[in-house]
Amino acid sequence: MSNSATAEAVLALHRFGMGPRPGSIAALGSDPRGALIAELDRPLGLSAAASLPTSAKAYRTVADANARRTARAKQAQQQAKKQQMASAASADQAQAQPDGQAQGYGQEKDAAEMAAKQAADAIPDPGRPIYLQEAKLRTEAALAAEIGFAERLVWFWSNHFCISANKIQSMSGAYEREAVRANTLGRFVDLLLAVEGHPAMLFYLDNLESMGANSIAGINRNRGLNENIAREIMELHTLGVRTGYTQDDVISFANVMTGWTLVPPGADPQHGGEFTFNPRLHEPGGQTVLGKRYEQEDVEQGRAVLRDLAAHPATATHVAAKLARHFVADEPPPVLVEQMAKTFRDTEGDLKLVAIAMVSSDEVWRAAPAKLKRPSEWGVGMVRATGITQIDPVLYTGGQQLLGEPLWRPSAPKGYPDDEASWIDGVGRRLDVANNFAERIVGMVDPQAIIEDVFASQIASEVKQAVGRAESRQQALALLFMSSDFQRR
Amino acid sequence: MGVVNHLPTRRELLAGSGALFAWSQMPRIARAEGRDPRLLVIVLRGALDGLGAVAPVGDPDWVALRGDRALVLDGKPPALPLDAFFALNPAMPNLHRLYRSGKAAIVHAVATPYRERSHFDGQDVLESGMSKPGVTASGWLNRALLALESGGGVDPRGSRALGIGSVTPLVVRGSAPVMTWVPQRLLPASEDTQSRLLDLYQHTDPKLATVLQARMKLASLGGAPGTGDPMSDDPTLAPPGIARVRAYFAEAAGTAARYLAKPDGPRVGAMGFVGWDTHIAEGAVSGQLYNLLGALDGAFAAIETNMGEAWKETVVAVVTEFGRTARINGTQGTDHGTGTVAFLIGGGLAGGRVIADWPGLKPAQLFEDRDLKPTTDLRAVLKGLLRDHLRVDEKVLADAVFPGSADVKPMGGLVG
Repeated sequence: MSNSATAEAVLALHRFGMGPRPGSIAALGSDPRGALIAELDRPLGLSAAASLPTSAKAYRTVADANARRTARAKQAQQQAKKQQMASAASADQAQAQPDGQAQGYGQEKDAAEMAAKQAADAIPDPGRPIYLQEAKLRTEAALAAEIGFAERLVWFWSNHFCISANKIQSMSGAYEREAVRANTLGRFVDLLLAVEGHPAMLFYLDNLESMGANSIAGINRNRGLNENIAREIMELHTLGVRTGYTQDDVISFANVMTGWTLVPPGADPQHGGEFTFNPRLHEPGGQTVLGKRYEQEDVEQGRAVLRDLAAHPATATHVAAKLARHFVADEPPPVLVEQMAKTFRDTEGDLKLVAIAMVSSDEVWRAAPAKLKRPSEWGVGMVRATGITQIDPVLYTGGQQLLGEPLWRPSAPKGYPDDEASWIDGVGRRLDVANNFAERIVGMVDPQAIIEDVFASQIASEVKQAVGRAESRQQALALLFMSSDFQRR
Repeated sequence: MGVVNHLPTRRELLAGSGALFAWSQMPRIARAEGRDPRLLVIVLRGALDGLGAVAPVGDPDWVALRGDRALVLDGKPPALPLDAFFALNPAMPNLHRLYRSGKAAIVHAVATPYRERSHFDGQDVLESGMSKPGVTASGWLNRALLALESGGGVDPRGSRALGIGSVTPLVVRGSAPVMTWVPQRLLPASEDTQSRLLDLYQHTDPKLATVLQARMKLASLGGAPGTGDPMSDDPTLAPPGIARVRAYFAEAAGTAARYLAKPDGPRVGAMGFVGWDTHIAEGAVSGQLYNLLGALDGAFAAIETNMGEAWKETVVAVVTEFGRTARINGTQGTDHGTGTVAFLIGGGLAGGRVIADWPGLKPAQLFEDRDLKPTTDLRAVLKGLLRDHLRVDEKVLADAVFPGSADVKPMGGLVG
């Protein structure tokens, strides 16, 4: 393998994959571009996903636990109150001092609340273990992938169509599997329909509470529209901000989306938590969005708008630019963006072909490895380099939180940013995490072996020197993980 | 990320999850005598500058050797007098108090048998108890525990050693089972690691260099000892300065003490503190080393407090792989050396003295004209503690615990 092919393999692994791991450079062979493309032909499932609950099942499990917590708390509170009344009665009989009585009453009220809380806490929240198991499988898929290009695409689309586990923890992992992963290498329109129709997204962007002002429920309950999902779909998911849609378009589209909701978990033990279209919430009549009239009367109205948004030229440009910014550079070459947007338009949004267009462009191989990795990419790259393939999800997600990119918990629907300015100040925290990780693995990983075997010595000579002169193996590993070769791609 | 269970062994999994072992055995040592002694070993990794910690202020060559970086009795802040000859770094008021009440002793000009200057080999010799590196994968403390077990000195149902940290220190590794506990706090990278990384960035990545430099400056601003409550330090929010190091040391040592103090807890334990490799800007009087010694002093206080009633039966031995050069180097630090100090503290100690056969500081008196010459074998100190405190048989000490040390006699009179 020639030196330039090796260098291109390293670049391919950093820029488009999850980072080099033992054996990966050799596996890419003399044709890294071809290897990237070949990876997209392999199935993109999670091997152990069958052991995980569906999003609806996870949601029902948590809802059920919540219901039991509430019931237990109520029961315990009532019991404590009964006891309190009994003891107050006996105190009256004994003609206790008024002061003492008042004090005793306050204490018993507290005791009732405490009993309620204790009773509730006795039933643990099942949402967290589900979240952790999902995190473990997702991370280990990234660690096990030979290159990780397809996994990176999953991560990209998951962030593009983000939800937050802070709002809906139980479904956060299943949402990614069911809506994002399943459509990552398919057509954009199918991905869009899957995510916007997923209960997790409808929950996250407040569509469950949205109802048409003239719908049956809207009239009965004197309530109405929530514009959140309509605006974010146009601004963040498809067209992009300032691409010509108006406030009227947002309102009309929000009306279109009314009725997109989920089956209440208590109402249906089989299907609770699944998507449903509820006509009682839906604003009757046709709507005009972006100058086009939609006369459908049901869920098809929303699907039709989403299909048109997916096919809109502004969406092609928005998506192409965001992909290029994520993979290649904060300011990607306009030529590249146009090539990718054209592929998107010409193929009706075939996302696999858009990804292939990206790695086939000479532009992406010319750009210097200057892009600062996001903490999630850097972290997984560090672990991959050591050959470790299994994680403790409590510690791993804790590390991600420390680095400012907690898994599935972005602070806003825009998702995590992709520019250097947002992340560079966190480099100091990376040092603490690298140092801590190095301490844990110091007995089993040789920094020289990582440089020579994993990176095929494609590391700056200054880094090799610093590693060679380090005072300890831990320090050597920390310096290696913190080097530009690990941080930038 | 600091976040992986890499080996499928029970111990590693527990270490990785930060959990503490539950244990049921009662490893009573020397129980026949009605005693229940505890021994905690703290390894200072990176090589402590013994002269920067305990200065020979009575030596006429001292100030000439270190110049304005020498600890002196009329310095700012003044060194804490120990006796007519030695004075303690002012960062360590707790140690000074313990010393004055007879509950601390300092051994000076001490070293293991290792005479090269590699950290890893030096620590290997220090912890394995062998006279050369790379001989065995077990530590002297673990073998001492085994010896007690076979000799009936511990409860035959099993003994346990405690290891603190995500990597169990070699000194407690071995056939006797080890329970581990990992502090929840993230110990920040040492100043030395940060300096080296900054140097690397300055040559390869100016933007990252700027960020790292700003962070180091921030840390130094918040880094004065005594500012803020180290126990309220939130690892996710605080700047990575000495406050976090103090909090980490106190938590790790304090937790070790809590478990050693339990009636059914382990009786010996070990932990390591990193960061003592002060090549650049050592700062014995008011910098890096001063801060680290202050953090160590805080750890002593946490141990004393958390040991509670068991404090009177406790001995803590604080050791390091070797010392540092007697002279300051070209970057206001010190390089790898030989002779150094060991701190001994605890309610079980007969202290209140500096134990030293002082070699002097004239060029000809230095080891290879650069390091403090070692005049006391650290193994003599450790053997003395193991014999008189834990009651390990002297012959076993010479054969199994510190093999090949028959001519190194245990130091008597260390415990009261």
